[in-house]
Amino acid sequence: MRRGLLWLGAVLVLAALEPNLRGLIGAYNYQILVLVGVNIILAVSLNLINGFTGQFSIGHAGFYAVGAYTSAALVFYAGPSVRVLTASLPTVAQDAVLLLMGLLGAALVAGLAGLAVGIPSLRLRGDYLAIVTLGFGEIIRVLILNIDAIGGARGFAGIPQLSNFFWVYLFVLITIATVHNLVSSSYGRAFVSIRDDEIAAEAMGVDTTRFKVMSFVISSMFAGIAGGLFGHFTMYLHPNSFTFVASFYVIIMIVIGGLGSIEGAVLGAVVFTVGLEVFRGFGAFRLINFSVLLVLIMIYRPQGLLGSWTLIKRRKQAGAM
Amino acid sequence: MKRRSWIQASFLLCTTVLTSCSRDQGQGDEILIGEYGSLTGTTATFGISTMNGIEMALDEVNQSGGLLGKTVRVIVEDDQGRPEEAQTVVTKLITRDRVVALLGEVASSRTLAAAPVAQQMGIPMVSPSSTNPAVTEVGDFIFRVCFIDPFQGLVMAKFAAQSLQLTDVAVLRDIKNDYSVGLADVFVENFRTLGGTIVADEGYSEGDTDFSAQLTSIRARRPQAIFVPGYYTEVGLIARQAKSLGIEVPLLGGDGWDSPSLVEIGGAALEGSYFSNHYSVDDPSPAIQKFVGDYRDRYGATPDALAGLGYDAAQILFDAIRRAGSADPTAIRDALAQTKDFAGVTGVTTLDENRNAVKPAVVLQVNDGKLVYVETINP
Repeated sequence: MRRGLLWLGAVLVLAALEPNLRGLIGAYNYQILVLVGVNIILAVSLNLINGFTGQFSIGHAGFYAVGAYTSAALVFYAGPSVRVLTASLPTVAQDAVLLLMGLLGAALVAGLAGLAVGIPSLRLRGDYLAIVTLGFGEIIRVLILNIDAIGGARGFAGIPQLSNFFWVYLFVLITIATVHNLVSSSYGRAFVSIRDDEIAAEAMGVDTTRFKVMSFVISSMFAGIAGGLFGHFTMYLHPNSFTFVASFYVIIMIVIGGLGSIEGAVLGAVVFTVGLEVFRGFGAFRLINFSVLLVLIMIYRPQGLLGSWTLIKRRKQAGAM
Repeated sequence: MKRRSWIQASFLLCTTVLTSCSRDQGQGDEILIGEYGSLTGTTATFGISTMNGIEMALDEVNQSGGLLGKTVRVIVEDDQGRPEEAQTVVTKLITRDRVVALLGEVASSRTLAAAPVAQQMGIPMVSPSSTNPAVTEVGDFIFRVCFIDPFQGLVMAKFAAQSLQLTDVAVLRDIKNDYSVGLADVFVENFRTLGGTIVADEGYSEGDTDFSAQLTSIRARRPQAIFVPGYYTEVGLIARQAKSLGIEVPLLGGDGWDSPSLVEIGGAALEGSYFSNHYSVDDPSPAIQKFVGDYRDRYGATPDALAGLGYDAAQILFDAIRRAGSADPTAIRDALAQTKDFAGVTGVTTLDENRNAVKPAVVLQVNDGKLVYVETINP
């Protein structure tokens, strides 16, 4: 009951903010805010597999791309007939139906892709998994380049703009809540046990492959949702947005935030996205300055910005018990 | 405990976003124009050449007293060659810097990502060199000063039929590439209209390395030339294999050939072949020679087509602001739409009702391993 009220309150606050926000903070800040939201979903979901389950995946951009293109293609091709079916509803509701349809498709297809990649490759450990996921990301990008119906190398233009601050942050909340509940459940303890010592976990009766695949699939589904929200915000998709560099960006976010910390992943996504914009004043030296900042963070806080904070908090909680 | 960490996290989020607001708006005595391009990333040379060309145009206009009695300032933003960055920087240029017009991008993918923003906010955008037809279809605020891909098919058809007086030509196209298929279709249609015959029409896919089957079948039809509207990598290989099969006729192509690697790959087999391009530094016209000379003095390099197109895009935009008599974005758009017979370094440009440039192309010939200007073909 109380939880339901909290959710209702959150939805109402987001819905009340949405119509005025663009005018209030300007379109540029609004755009950054939305991109921050998309990156939070990506970082929190990747953190589930890299931070909590301890599997080093560097193919997150692949699932992100699968979601983005699936959602965009669904809405682009099936959208007009769905609009006819829902003609009696007001435009806002039609948009919502379309977007949710797209995101559902994105989550399903990205989740299936996660399953297809995860089952064979999660039996591998460490570096091998990294290579397989990297390869997968590139395969997806090359496939997209060669499918003409979704624009190929020209890019997918003419995607209707359906997502906005409200939808992105609603899904930010859903992602955080899901990942938070998951890692505080017995599933989460299984994930963490695999990260800490896979052999010990197996000895204790944890079906490691099954839990790894589960964590991988859930992570992929949220990456797919992030892609759908991104595509319906920018109205244009191009394979160049989904190179392996995009995967590394997400890894950087969770590493500077602190691996295995949800707050850290959120903060990492914010610092990374906003940081790149703040450094714009340096012109061509922006990336150098930003990289120096990242190096400094890693030297002085190798555990990430919130890494030890989360750790200390856990100890306190454990102590209290 | 849990709750407080969330409050802290959201507080951090708010402060970081808010501190990134503020500053930098146009002074009353300045006209602000935004430019976005790839100054870093894999296509950095494109962005830098274009920026150099725009800088030259900017200095020229400011030295002659600016526009409407005001100084022109161009704010440059780097998009790292990434489409989503292009969209973000264009949003920034429009809403934070309050530019009245935009110049950019080279790659069609980045222009396509940024164009919907400019269109929505009613700011005119002039792309110097995005040739994909879809770019200006985004809306009535999006212009370009280069010709679109299929136009080169027409240019080469005219060149083959009228200048070279050919009657039998074969076509070898990259069937998986929009650009190549577009050029080939327009070439075939126009060459036939001009009285020529297409004796063979063969296909290959980007990445192929063996073309002997297609070339053998083409050889049997005895064409006087082969039209190969692909990219320089395959064209170089095709030229070598054609030579080794004893095909001695010239190859014809489009601006996809334009690369220093073309002659490296094709070698002597390409001697005597022709292709169309945006402009040539050897063009004897005084305007072009002055531009090339000034550019060499300033940057110590020969300006490529992108520099010339960047220069022209800026000049056409300045000219539109002058004619509009105001720095209002909509007035600039209306003036841009009426651009007619503007003499730039890449030719006399008129913008048609679809906001595409109607302008001449030049034909170059490979001669002694160098590219030599042959002639200018008008639309």
